[in-house]
Amino acid sequence: MSSFTLKHLLGLEGVSRDDITTILDTAASFREVLDRPYPKVPTLRGTTVVNLFFEASTRTRISFELAEKRLSADTISFSTATSSVKKGETLRDTAQNIEAMRVDMVVIRHSASGAPHFLSKCIKGTVINAGDGAHEHPTQALLDMMTIRDKFKRIENLRIAIVGDILHSRVARSNIYGLTTMGAQVMLCAPSTLIPYEAHKWPVQISYNVDDAIEWADILMVLRIQLERQQANFFPSLREYHNYFGLTSDRIKRVNRDITIMHPGPINRGVEIESELADSDKSVILNQVTNGVAVRMAVLYLLSGELKSDDEKTKS
Amino acid sequence: MMKRLNRNYLRKKNHVSDAVGSADKLLFKNGSLIDFSKRQIVPQDMLIVNGVVAEIGHLEIDEFDGHQFDIAGKLIMPGLFDMHVHFREPGREDEETLLSGASSAMFGGFTSVCTMPNTEPATDNREIIEYILNSLSNHLIEVHPIAAITIGRKGEQLVEIAELVDAGVIAFSDDGSSVANPMLLRRALDYSRMFDILIIEHCEEPTLAANGAMHEGFMSTKLGLPGIPSIAEELIVARNIMLARYTNGKIHIAHISTKGSIDLVRRAKAEGIQVTCEVTPHHFSLCDEDLETYDTNLKMNPPLRTPSDVEAVFEGLKDGTIDVIATDHAPHSSEEKDVEFDAAPFGIIGSETAVGLTITKLVKAGKLNLIDALEKLSAKPYQVLGLPVPEIRSGAKATISIIDQDIEWMVDKHAFRSQSRNTPFHGMRLHGKSWGVINNGKYLISAQQ
Repeated sequence: MSSFTLKHLLGLEGVSRDDITTILDTAASFREVLDRPYPKVPTLRGTTVVNLFFEASTRTRISFELAEKRLSADTISFSTATSSVKKGETLRDTAQNIEAMRVDMVVIRHSASGAPHFLSKCIKGTVINAGDGAHEHPTQALLDMMTIRDKFKRIENLRIAIVGDILHSRVARSNIYGLTTMGAQVMLCAPSTLIPYEAHKWPVQISYNVDDAIEWADILMVLRIQLERQQANFFPSLREYHNYFGLTSDRIKRVNRDITIMHPGPINRGVEIESELADSDKSVILNQVTNGVAVRMAVLYLLSGELKSDDEKTKS
Repeated sequence: MMKRLNRNYLRKKNHVSDAVGSADKLLFKNGSLIDFSKRQIVPQDMLIVNGVVAEIGHLEIDEFDGHQFDIAGKLIMPGLFDMHVHFREPGREDEETLLSGASSAMFGGFTSVCTMPNTEPATDNREIIEYILNSLSNHLIEVHPIAAITIGRKGEQLVEIAELVDAGVIAFSDDGSSVANPMLLRRALDYSRMFDILIIEHCEEPTLAANGAMHEGFMSTKLGLPGIPSIAEELIVARNIMLARYTNGKIHIAHISTKGSIDLVRRAKAEGIQVTCEVTPHHFSLCDEDLETYDTNLKMNPPLRTPSDVEAVFEGLKDGTIDVIATDHAPHSSEEKDVEFDAAPFGIIGSETAVGLTITKLVKAGKLNLIDALEKLSAKPYQVLGLPVPEIRSGAKATISIIDQDIEWMVDKHAFRSQSRNTPFHGMRLHGKSWGVINNGKYLISAQQ
């Protein structure tokens, strides 16, 4: 196994192809562990992991907790939705407490972009970004890449269109970095108001027409549309969004090709994607969820710095 | 908490008062006098007696009984004037007081400052103006307070402009935000014309800039931070120029930061509209690409712009579109700044790095010649504010800065006289520093501190 160079996982920007490959390979072997009758390994026994969730999250938090327990780590989870005025104070104070309690690894979800970077400067332990503001959500992109690799046996040269609210999406950003690093072609498709400023400086294509994106793509990665975007006039109505950018079976049927549909969840059924399509055999949405646990096990294991042989790692 | 801060502050005050001497009899040998009107540098000796320039020229004085300094290679010029500082008093004395701010300014090489009115409460009445003037009445630093344009800086009702001019206000500004209502700004420009007094505008259209944390560009897109677009500044610069033309009022654009704004001011000046502008040292020393690490000491308003905006700043400084370099010295406590980027307040301190950054980033970098660069810290602010530039001739009151342009030093935020430490320049090597200042019958040789 090639050596792994990261100390923290703050984002996928700048992370090398080798490191991503190492994570995905390791995740694949943990995926086998998860299918065993007793899906647990002693790998992180004695390691303490704290999950700090300063923003509402069910899926990501449970996925991390499960990954930690499957690795036999000691885990503590802390969830709070803080007011914007107090959030700085809370994070600083929390960081100092963590430092005092000699925690090895911290998983953080926060509404402020850069909060994991801030935390990594405050504490000696390893920081894993579980989503920060509109910045990055690296483990989500890693589990997306794992799911793609499962199905296509490669990532290179695949065409992936990310459809939806790119502007506010950390999932989009992490996937842009991860997928392009792995050699995929990426297209961003959204109403022009939801494409971030100067997004063309990323190595991506940009389209304002969802039918063009469907025509082009092997994989459609659909992002959640939040009601408050309509209130801020990013688009006139959810109705118009669904009519012009929503994914429907009719739209997919128009192209005579196998198309894979992904969604990081939670799904707004009937807005960005038609319910029937989300549940169809084109969808790998639930595979993504299962892979999430394996990818997070891999990230925790690799960042714990105890690179053991494959045998030792998967010994139950 | 307050007790601790106050003790620190008292310690600093004593320290500073020890450092300031009485300019009874000072002889400076081998200095280089900058004459901004003739654009030349002349070797001179200078004798100061009782705070007045007694003699200047080639002086041979036998048995001199005052303090004598050899300032070979050092530059003598009219006292530097920082026309944009926030001294936080009244209201946030934990961040800066009038005295600690004044110390920071004089150690930075300034002899005069304009304090901005976004204090708590806002500087919008005679009592606060008198409090500011009285607090520094006996100081080396001369303070010229700027009052708010509107009561409480709320953008609703004009302050009592005439009375405040009488009380000693030098200019009016709602700095921190624009006067959003164009009718109200029109009235302010019309009314202030009676006093030939400057209206200073922080140009930022509030709806376009709403919730922004940094310049809107590819960096904000990458960092996932809400952007403050260039257009938010440029729209208000354009509006203000049009209002100045229509009213024939005098408008000064604070901390200009975008290429588009600089172009607008350049064209307005060519048209003869009474508009001037200033730039901060950080806007020509740093850019948005430096924000990669989410360092909150790089969070300021206006935000750090792109490298091409910085190029436009160099152009504007060179062709005279940008009149003045002013610091926008904005102290914030470490508690406030040591948070995630979104939650941090805007602003950095600048008094003690302004000279070094000007010489390093403009003069040594070949962007601007020495005389032009120093004029924007020295003579120009007086002219923009309608004040006489201090003369350096025998018989004139000595208001003088002496700069060592060659010294190389490392910025150490812990050595600052400011009460705050929010600087992105800590650890940076700079060329050029204040050597000393003389004003109001007092002198400070910071090179010996």
